[in-house]
Amino acid sequence: MSSRDAIVAEIPRLRRYARALTGRSDSADDLVQDTLERALDKWRFWQRERDLRPWLFSIMHNLHVDGHRRNGHDGHNGRVEFCDDEDLPVPVQRAEQADALELRDLERALSLLPLDQREVLLLVGLEELSYAEVARALGVPQGTVMSRLSRARNRLKAILAGESTPHLKVVSS
Amino acid sequence: MNAPISEDDLHAYADGQLDASRLTQVEAWLAAHPERQAQVAEWRAQSAGLHRAFDRVLDEPVPARLIPAANSPHWLDARKLAAVAWLMLGTVTGFVLRGQTDGEQASTRIAQSLPRQAAVAHAVFVPEVRHPVEVGADQEAHLVGWLSKRLGSELKPPKLDDAGYHLVGGRLLPGDKGEVAQFMYENSTHNRLTLYVRPDAGNNKDTAFRHARENDVDVFYWIDERFGYALSGNTGREDMLRLATLVYGQYSR
Repeated sequence: MSSRDAIVAEIPRLRRYARALTGRSDSADDLVQDTLERALDKWRFWQRERDLRPWLFSIMHNLHVDGHRRNGHDGHNGRVEFCDDEDLPVPVQRAEQADALELRDLERALSLLPLDQREVLLLVGLEELSYAEVARALGVPQGTVMSRLSRARNRLKAILAGESTPHLKVVSS
Repeated sequence: MNAPISEDDLHAYADGQLDASRLTQVEAWLAAHPERQAQVAEWRAQSAGLHRAFDRVLDEPVPARLIPAANSPHWLDARKLAAVAWLMLGTVTGFVLRGQTDGEQASTRIAQSLPRQAAVAHAVFVPEVRHPVEVGADQEAHLVGWLSKRLGSELKPPKLDDAGYHLVGGRLLPGDKGEVAQFMYENSTHNRLTLYVRPDAGNNKDTAFRHARENDVDVFYWIDERFGYALSGNTGREDMLRLATLVYGQYSR
């Protein structure tokens, strides 16, 4: 498989992760496009022995965190939650009504997770990366991955169970 | 080793990331701790929910804007970029040298460019897995007809089967003054040789057999009345000499 084919084969997974991470299909594909462009620019520096997938996720992570900061979201510390109405994900059209509601709840709950917890939860639970790969993709120690995962799972459960979640307006810095 | 079961172990259990021995220990522990069992089930349900919500994206057609063009320069892989940089360096060196040799040894200069061009073409196409050649050895008659026509003189690939190398096929490449041909050979350990054949050598005197080493590639090259030939490979100088002698013998008959 050529290098190009190897990257192209990862596009569907990158899109799935970006969709779950951003909650919006248009900005998700923008993020995928930026990730691919960055990957191509850096391609010659990529060490072939390293796994392609964590490397691509690490590029996407860096781009997303940068974009998040630029937009005034304090995503890295994850202390400010935001829930503008227009940020709510669109419901899934083809799914059954009950499923659609469940998925909408899940997408909304994800958007309420601090970014650093959301990333770990998705890379482990959805993308099924090993903890070591997640640590490499996010540039943090594996212990940090585990503590974020634990907090993310507890938090998600609490949100889905309907415990009160603060609705804060995004305050641009 | 029976380390206490930690929360990390439970996450790793839920995520299927435990090795076999630890898995057994955690399962035994969970059997005695139903409240933690419920917690693990909850985590797994969360992951299943994520898949239900987002796996549909995998089935969506990828928007065209996300698929880079196959011929985009971005897609040249590292080895090709290295070969291109190396060719450019050679061009600059050749340009600097030209001032000293112009008008004196034009034919020598042409001969000198042969091993470098051959070695670069070797480095570019030998790593190719899917498209190492344009026309495969299974269409050898077509290959011979095609390359002979384009290079203006009959050109057959030499037979190296006795030396353990079979013909993979050939391709046409742009050269300094027109088209050049490249044949590729491979042995049972997937080691590859290339024979680069350039038709612009006709107005030069024949040259003797020469050796050059270009970026870890051994090149043996010579020129006859029709073509310049260069055999490139990295199996060591002695082995390459033996193979080049075989090729030389077949063309000088």
